[in-house]
Amino acid sequence: MRWWQIRNRDADLERELRSDLELEEEEQRERGVSPEDARYASLRAFGNPTLVRERTRAVWSWDRVENLFRDLRISIRTLFRSPGFSLVAVLVMTLCIGATTCLFTVVRSVLLRPLPFRDPGQLVMVYEHFRAPSMNTEGFNYNLVAPADYYDWRAQTHGFEDLAALRWWQFSLTGEHGELPEIVQARGGTWNLFPLLGVEAAIGRTFTESEDRSDGYVAMLAWDLFERRFGGDPSIVGRQIHLDGQSYTVVGVLPKSFTWPDAKVQIWVPYKAALPPGLLSHHDFHFTNVVARLKPDVSLASAMSQIAAIQYRLHQNLNGMVAEDVASRTLTDDLAHRVEKPLIILLCAAACMLLIGCLNVANLIVARSAARQREIAVRSALGARRGTLIRAQLMESLLVSLTGGAAGVLLSLAVTKWLANNWKDLPTAQSIHADGVVLAVACGLVVVAALLAGLVPAILSTGKRATAALHASPRGTVGGLSRTALRKTLLVVEIGTTVVLLIAAGLLLKSFWRLITTNLGCTTDHVLTLSYSLPGRQYDTTAKVNAFNEALLEQVDALPGVRSAGIGSMVPGAGAGEDDAFSIAGHPATTPGAPEHDALFRTASPEYFKTLQIPLLSGRFFTGEDRVGHPNTCIISQQLAQQYFQGENPLGKHLLVPSFRTDCEIVGVVADTLYQVGKPSQATMYFPVLSGTSGQGLTLAVRTVSDPLLLSLPIQKEIAKLDPQLPVWDVYTMQQIVERSLGSATLSASLVLAFALLSLILASVGLYGILSYMTTQRTGEIGVRLALGAQRESIVRLMLSDGLRPAIYGLVLGLAASVGAVRLIQSMLYETRPLDLAVFGGVVATLLIVASLACLLPAWRASRIDPMQALRTE
Amino acid sequence: MTKQIQQRSNLLLGTLDMLILRTLLYGPAHGHHIGKHIQRTTNDFLQMQHGSLYPALHRLERKGWIASKWETAPDRNREFKYYRLTEKGRKQLVAEESQWKRMTEAVARVMWPAAEES
Repeated sequence: MRWWQIRNRDADLERELRSDLELEEEEQRERGVSPEDARYASLRAFGNPTLVRERTRAVWSWDRVENLFRDLRISIRTLFRSPGFSLVAVLVMTLCIGATTCLFTVVRSVLLRPLPFRDPGQLVMVYEHFRAPSMNTEGFNYNLVAPADYYDWRAQTHGFEDLAALRWWQFSLTGEHGELPEIVQARGGTWNLFPLLGVEAAIGRTFTESEDRSDGYVAMLAWDLFERRFGGDPSIVGRQIHLDGQSYTVVGVLPKSFTWPDAKVQIWVPYKAALPPGLLSHHDFHFTNVVARLKPDVSLASAMSQIAAIQYRLHQNLNGMVAEDVASRTLTDDLAHRVEKPLIILLCAAACMLLIGCLNVANLIVARSAARQREIAVRSALGARRGTLIRAQLMESLLVSLTGGAAGVLLSLAVTKWLANNWKDLPTAQSIHADGVVLAVACGLVVVAALLAGLVPAILSTGKRATAALHASPRGTVGGLSRTALRKTLLVVEIGTTVVLLIAAGLLLKSFWRLITTNLGCTTDHVLTLSYSLPGRQYDTTAKVNAFNEALLEQVDALPGVRSAGIGSMVPGAGAGEDDAFSIAGHPATTPGAPEHDALFRTASPEYFKTLQIPLLSGRFFTGEDRVGHPNTCIISQQLAQQYFQGENPLGKHLLVPSFRTDCEIVGVVADTLYQVGKPSQATMYFPVLSGTSGQGLTLAVRTVSDPLLLSLPIQKEIAKLDPQLPVWDVYTMQQIVERSLGSATLSASLVLAFALLSLILASVGLYGILSYMTTQRTGEIGVRLALGAQRESIVRLMLSDGLRPAIYGLVLGLAASVGAVRLIQSMLYETRPLDLAVFGGVVATLLIVASLACLLPAWRASRIDPMQALRTE
Repeated sequence: MTKQIQQRSNLLLGTLDMLILRTLLYGPAHGHHIGKHIQRTTNDFLQMQHGSLYPALHRLERKGWIASKWETAPDRNREFKYYRLTEKGRKQLVAEESQWKRMTEAVARVMWPAAEES
């Protein structure tokens, strides 16, 4: 129906009612009633014409929509009339809804959305599992699987439809026509991996069973590499590419959606490709991830128990070379277990901030509804239904939340993008983006926020006592008192939540501080590191590897600004890397079943320790003589010495490392270093880099006089001079390595801190607002007090105590809640107790100071009131 | 007194539509006429309240059961808004009537079982 029709209908109704009313009047007159009386009688018989008209109009049901529009119009007008309030409220909502939406987007993408595989619920990752709790702190509860274990599992169990394996690899991809060499991350996957996942090649095909052999030189490209390096030309399928100097035939390109397990993976080769065949029958090289698909009618527990039985038998037969048990986790868990906790904590923090924001807006609205008290009283006295009044008020908070929500969703899109790019630990198998569910949740948040911020004040301001405002004298505070009580309650909750956030932020910050100031056991100043790998085909003899390494060291040493340079397999802080089993000559063999001796495996050049300033505790460092053809030597870390040579001098003893070299004499003991910040140090053994170790996976460490990054280009030029085809990667200073290994700790600590600070600001603004409001309301009362001789100091005290009381209640509430909440973050803390006194004390002090400051200004203003002025303005 | 009125109007609430339709079966009538008719026929038991009569008329018109037209009254020299039953309304009346009948019979059977048997 159009508006003119509505107008017509109105006129029509008017005319109808009038004509019928006149008829009634005429009939009365015809009965002999005087004209005057007839008019009244007819009106009496007819009832209230306005009401009849209104009710009849309502039949056409436009009335509801019209009312809604009227409310909307009035709300918009009111919001524009106080732009300060509106802006603050919208801004608060934008930030709060934006932050919550953004984190929910990440949580949904990373933790909730299933991977794009066939029936992903049936897929699990299977790991070897050490039962000893001490091993579990080191991540050995989900230990990588040895290839021989995998083949045994696959051959001997039938609980799973199939098991597939994949291993990490890295290739140097070189071009045929002199394109830049590039290091690409790769994975070797068994031929059944892609069918098991339910992934088909976008172009070409996946591997066949016959290609999964050690000379199966075929490769699949990830979509990213296909587009980036090969220009998206499908004719690449069937052509050759060069990986580590070996040519591989491209058989297929993976679909764009396939970025598992990591978007950085650019190339897939068959699992067995380029692996020495002997390695596949080993039970002590743990480098494989196993993914399994459950049979539809077999439970995970029973399928896993079959594998566990085999594993236990292997463990016993092999004298503890493999773990005694197996464990599984879902694919999503497997990718996200490192970020799950920080994510959930961040989401909780954002939700707390949203709660605080809503309470703050509610507080602002209560203050405004106090000003509109009279209007509401008049309206309800004139017969406005309570629902109508609540709806009118709710409209305002809904408008604020809607505007804030819309802006917040936009904000969250931008922030999510930033977060996805900067949070290194986030799994990249799923692209992180908002989808329908996220939008639905955002809408839900808007509605919840509107209700939270609008409903409570609306219900309370429209109660039975709403009309009391009409009876009250202008000086009265009838409605005011209950309203102030409400605002104080809101404030207590707000401050309590802030305290929880502040404490969580404080603990995370302290733990972060502990992490960043951890002593790695080596210097982190002025050290540049870069990684390279000498391809085995080209550098096929120890002599060639050593010649390159020695030439490189010589040339780098000669560069101006270089103090010293060393080469090793890894530098401290760069990760756990390789570890290996060993035994000690002359010591009794380990008892069957007990975990065997195990230590981190490192190689080092003579200058490695000096460059990184790892102190020598006894014996000597390597020299140029510790090389192939000379007696085998090794250096051990202090922890290894303490763990395995109690009360003995390790110098001169011999380590037996079956996988590497039978017999090495211990020539030195060096201080412990941390392989990763935040992890306890581990026993480490070092072998001379020149003693015939492989040339793959080496790190050059250079200590410089000035800014180490200035030397990164000259050093890379030196490498290019030695071998133009050799790519380098991971060019970092030691500082950067430490920062990288902090991972999400930096991010979550700073984000939670940001949320906490914002909440603190919101809470103090709330505190300031309520006290200012109370001061204004009590101007008359204070005037009387002053006129009767009250001291100005006592007025300040009165107002301060009034304002600080909710702050204290909130503080107590928040502290109590924190004791429970810190349990959630306990496992994320490093060398920080969850009930850290300094943090709790600091938060209490901060809150009290901020609260006092927020209260002081209104209190002072109250004490400055001129009694005459105050009494007159009533 | 108040209570009594309320009871009456409650009774009316569900049946007003039917009564209006039935009244219009005699031929077109305007609002005032319909109200008066119902009131007179029930010996003033059902006091027509205009507050519910007009909304009911408009509701029925919206549903298409009755139609309206401005016409000059035969005895007065003025136009009134006359309502008349449509074909749809006629069917509705039959439906409502039979339902009402069934309902009153059912209620009667519960209320006066003896009377039914005798």
